[in-house]
Amino acid sequence: MNFLKRYLIPRLVQYILVIFLGITAVFIIPRLLPNDPVAAMIGVMQARGAQMEPGAMEVAINALKEMYGLEGSWWEQYVAFWSRLFRGDFGVSFFQFPTTVNQMVARAMPWTLGLLLISTAINWTLGNIVGGLAGYYSRRRWSRLLDAIAMVIRPQPYYIFAFMLLLVFGYFIPWFPVAGGTDLGRKLVFNWVTIQDILHHSFLPAMSMIVLGAAINFQTMKLIVQNVNAENFVQYAKLGGVTESRIVGKYVIRNAVMPQITGLALSLGQIFSGALITEIVFSYPGLGTLIYNAIVNGDYNLIMGITVYSILGITTMMLALDLLYPLFDPRVRYT
Amino acid sequence: MKILRDLFKDYRFTLSFSVLLILLALAIVAHFSPDDPALTGAVPRDLKPSAEYWLGTDSKGQDIFWQAAFAVRNSLIISVIAGLLSRIIAILVGMVAGYVGGMTDRVLMFISDSLLVIPLLLILIMMAMLLREYMNLLILALLLAVFGWAWDARVIRSVILSLREREFTQTAILSGTGTVELVWKEYMPFTMPLVFSTLINNMAWAIGLEMTLAILGLMNVNIPTLGTMLNWALAYQAILLGRWWWILTPVVLSVFLFVALYWLSVSISEYLDPRTRTQRVGT
Repeated sequence: MNFLKRYLIPRLVQYILVIFLGITAVFIIPRLLPNDPVAAMIGVMQARGAQMEPGAMEVAINALKEMYGLEGSWWEQYVAFWSRLFRGDFGVSFFQFPTTVNQMVARAMPWTLGLLLISTAINWTLGNIVGGLAGYYSRRRWSRLLDAIAMVIRPQPYYIFAFMLLLVFGYFIPWFPVAGGTDLGRKLVFNWVTIQDILHHSFLPAMSMIVLGAAINFQTMKLIVQNVNAENFVQYAKLGGVTESRIVGKYVIRNAVMPQITGLALSLGQIFSGALITEIVFSYPGLGTLIYNAIVNGDYNLIMGITVYSILGITTMMLALDLLYPLFDPRVRYT
Repeated sequence: MKILRDLFKDYRFTLSFSVLLILLALAIVAHFSPDDPALTGAVPRDLKPSAEYWLGTDSKGQDIFWQAAFAVRNSLIISVIAGLLSRIIAILVGMVAGYVGGMTDRVLMFISDSLLVIPLLLILIMMAMLLREYMNLLILALLLAVFGWAWDARVIRSVILSLREREFTQTAILSGTGTVELVWKEYMPFTMPLVFSTLINNMAWAIGLEMTLAILGLMNVNIPTLGTMLNWALAYQAILLGRWWWILTPVVLSVFLFVALYWLSVSISEYLDPRTRTQRVGT
């Protein structure tokens, strides 16, 4: 019961409130800003109107007005806004008319999700194992060397590192393609050649996230292990003749990995932001490139759809990690 | 002076300090540029680095060296304005939340938690997209300042919470010191070093976000910054066309800038309190 009252319910309330605030911000921001989004968007569309059929233009303008819901008082607009959201309706994209926003997000999502999940899993595991070892053997030379390398890699944004990889392995030593998710015109059929092609194209963007993320996890884990090492119970165990491997496996790692799980939740948001630009750098067909195209084309519905989905996605992931946390750490009892 | 002498014993501080001085010099040199940075076609296009054009020229007909000087200057201006303004917000929020406590604390911390959890970049993209025609160095810096204080307010709050429990607070209150005076005279000296090291981190964050928004084309791309240089290089397909010097210049400059700022903040905070290292690296 205590767990429910003291932890679960406040955390769920926070989750719902944050989503509520985030989406409310998405509603309010365009209304507080000094320009009229509908007029601006119609202007942009008319400038490109030649590419659109006349009927399509009218439908798009109506969709735009309806989506902004600029009729009635703010309160009425707000209610209408939420009722549309609850139906999962983000309208149509203006520049890929009549494709709906949902269809476009669904097409881009697997690329981003695949790239992010795989590279996060690899960098987290790799960084923590190597960091843990380096923390345990912190006096060895290789440990210090790795530390020095991490000090240089860590502060850089993902995309700056991506640019460097791109220049080195895409241009100077052309091992990897410089753009795209697959070779041009390849149909997405499930066979080995396609998979190989996808892996080949995703190697550099994944590397930029893996190396950087691993450097960050390495540094944190190394410091935590160094601190745990200095604690009394580890010293006692050593004096008491407990084998080295048992100390590392049972005592040190277990105590050090907990903060890292929380760190995983916090870093998700940052990785996500970094990954968007990394996708643009490599013209990778995920959400980042979709956002870029939406900005270039002034496709407001699309931006809003992506924003709302990301708010839901990231906060839910964080909630899930927070709720799973007590499974890993027996000391967290929520009493 | 003694503090500085101690800090210079750390090679990371000395190195990063020198790098920042060089970048600062570059930013100042920008004022002596022979060309207007907005002017295109001032020099022949797409030349490799040479004695005449040290870093080559780009496809817009601009000398990359002078563009880079302006870029460093403008990126630094944004980061300093954003950093200082968000420090003011962070100090105010952190101190009020920590000192007043109760409901005020809960509300303020809820706001800062929300800012940490929400995918900020997307909200910024939305705002920048709608503000695009107004977007200049100052507006961007203001925008970044409004969104950049959450984590640091938390850190400052936690320091205030521990200071409030100490004896000298009780002594001061009992001897009739006013709240403002107490905070200003007794608490400020404890928080200032912390504020300084969060300032450096925040500057790096602001430079990074400026680049992000500029690469997305949400800055006025005619103002040279590290981000808009990358934006142009991407727009002109500099890598596909083999104009590596164009893309390498802003990339190398930002690597130096980010590493220097990071090392500076690490060496300062380690000097201030070696035990806080774990917490700081964890952020």
